[in-house]
Amino acid sequence: MIKVYTSSVIDAPADAVWAQVRDFNGLPQWTPFVAESRIEEGQPADRIGCVRNFRLRDGGVIRERLLTLSDYDYQCSYSILESPMGVENYVATLKLTPVTEGNRTFAEWWAEFDCAPEREAALAEQIGQGVFQAAFDSLKKVVAR
Amino acid sequence: MIRVRRSAVIDAPIDRVWAVLRDFNSHSAWHPAVGPSTIERDEAPDRVGCVRDFTLKDGNQIREQLLALSDRDHVSTYCILDATLPMRNYAATVQLKRVTDGDRTFWHWESTFDVPRGREREFEELVGGQVYEAGFTGLAAFLRRGGRPFPLLTAVDSVGVVAMSFGGPEVLELRRLDSPAPRGGEVRLRQTAIGVNYIDVYIRKGLYRMIEPPAPIGMEAAGIVVESNAAGFSPGDRVAYACPPPGAYVTMRTLPAAQLVLLPDHVDEEAAAAIMLKGMTAEYLLHRIHRVKPGDAVLVHAAAGGVGMLLCQWSRALGARVIGTVSSEAKAELARANGCEHPIVTRMGSFAEKTKQLTGGRGADVIYDGLGREAAPENLAALATRGHWVSYGQATGPLDPVNLSEKSGTFSQPVLFHYTSEYLHQMAGHVFAALRDGVLKPDVRRRYPLAAAADAHRDLEARRTTGQIVLLA
Repeated sequence: MIKVYTSSVIDAPADAVWAQVRDFNGLPQWTPFVAESRIEEGQPADRIGCVRNFRLRDGGVIRERLLTLSDYDYQCSYSILESPMGVENYVATLKLTPVTEGNRTFAEWWAEFDCAPEREAALAEQIGQGVFQAAFDSLKKVVAR
Repeated sequence: MIRVRRSAVIDAPIDRVWAVLRDFNSHSAWHPAVGPSTIERDEAPDRVGCVRDFTLKDGNQIREQLLALSDRDHVSTYCILDATLPMRNYAATVQLKRVTDGDRTFWHWESTFDVPRGREREFEELVGGQVYEAGFTGLAAFLRRGGRPFPLLTAVDSVGVVAMSFGGPEVLELRRLDSPAPRGGEVRLRQTAIGVNYIDVYIRKGLYRMIEPPAPIGMEAAGIVVESNAAGFSPGDRVAYACPPPGAYVTMRTLPAAQLVLLPDHVDEEAAAAIMLKGMTAEYLLHRIHRVKPGDAVLVHAAAGGVGMLLCQWSRALGARVIGTVSSEAKAELARANGCEHPIVTRMGSFAEKTKQLTGGRGADVIYDGLGREAAPENLAALATRGHWVSYGQATGPLDPVNLSEKSGTFSQPVLFHYTSEYLHQMAGHVFAALRDGVLKPDVRRRYPLAAAADAHRDLEARRTTGQIVLLA
């Protein structure tokens, strides 16, 4: 089991950042790598257990299940059901915390998963930087005041 | 009840911020509102329970107690005991988190407390603004100035137990000592638990000339890194060591990082101090000097002692038939509970006959001998043909040369530090894994304050102790 942890500071109030990221079907609106997304079986996007099915710009398809969603804690978590990444038991959590100084947001995103030992370093880099950090960078622009 | 929450991002790596904040007395160095501050009773400023007594620059006086400190989670919790301000039930938590984007630090500071009715808003602003927000700005400025002056930590005094000359336990005295600042490749530890070993007695008596009195003794300890000048170790790391030169009976110690091992979460400092040297001794005796196999008849002397007990536990787990010698029925019971199938009670040192009976006349395949001269004839008689006699201690005096041709025997006289100098991390890792798996079960029945080290030596030499002995610093 390896753990990848990425955190950043977003220059916008936590309410505003949360409004953007709480939509489990909203990846195409704020990440650079998701082309289109839908929620399977017509479920609402904030119902625990719903599955988002999205296509990456490079063509890969990923299905993820929403495990928790808390508007009070600004936190949600999800697991991967299917992906081309070669990971197992993948559970990720995205959490926001207000930074009172400057009314900004501390954003954390972490994942735990299993994979072949020789792929650990490359996957940690790909997920930590290529996915989480890249999404944070894009989010900073989307919510910029 | 008022709840105050403030948070900020500090432009410095988390280790740097935490190294300052974990010191409960550092606030007078960086907080603009804090005047002189002292820790009561000279306790270490990162010890849970310590009390800081300080004056605010506006003249108010406050006593606060450290309630919790986690170096792993970067969390510190404290409360007000007394204050000249009308605040009641004040408890606060400081938490740091790593901002990986830019290697910065998120700092969350939160408290709850009560104030007289009608003054809630005044105190929310006082605590949130003049304490927390001013603290964020003050610490950031302190770090920008290159501030690393932990005034208390660099000016540390150490206290240690020193052998004033060679001799009995009475030569041990508590003395103030200097703890030098760590040079390149070194770290400074605040030691919390120190292991007592029979080698300490030999050194105190001058049998092993490893010190020139007056000098502190002791070979192993565990504690917390307070200052590091070495890669791979940061303030707050929990570590242990077992190595020469002597000098472990002290509260603060500076030594080369190459001698240290990081403690896994499942090993507390007391267990580490109890087991580093003795556990690594058992490790190399059973796995390196002689590889014990299932079915081997193993003879362990002092089977209820600090090393003997671990040898019994581990060789039994390896499938050996374990025979031991002990000096009383009570110790026989204890040895049995630790894996020794056949404890032989003998004060006068006859055990060869019994060992042969228990092995169908064959004798012991391996003898782990910490006894030395007086037991030599019995050991030779107890050894199996082609057996291995391992002498790792000489409690009854140095061994004369032995002639093993009548048994085609092998004789080894290994020195632990010749092995730890090469295989420290392997050996310690093996011991920690054995602890985790329940193969090794340290039995610390005797804890003494550091200042009572002489009593620990008296009890050890009078054979009044069993298991491992630890001094608490």
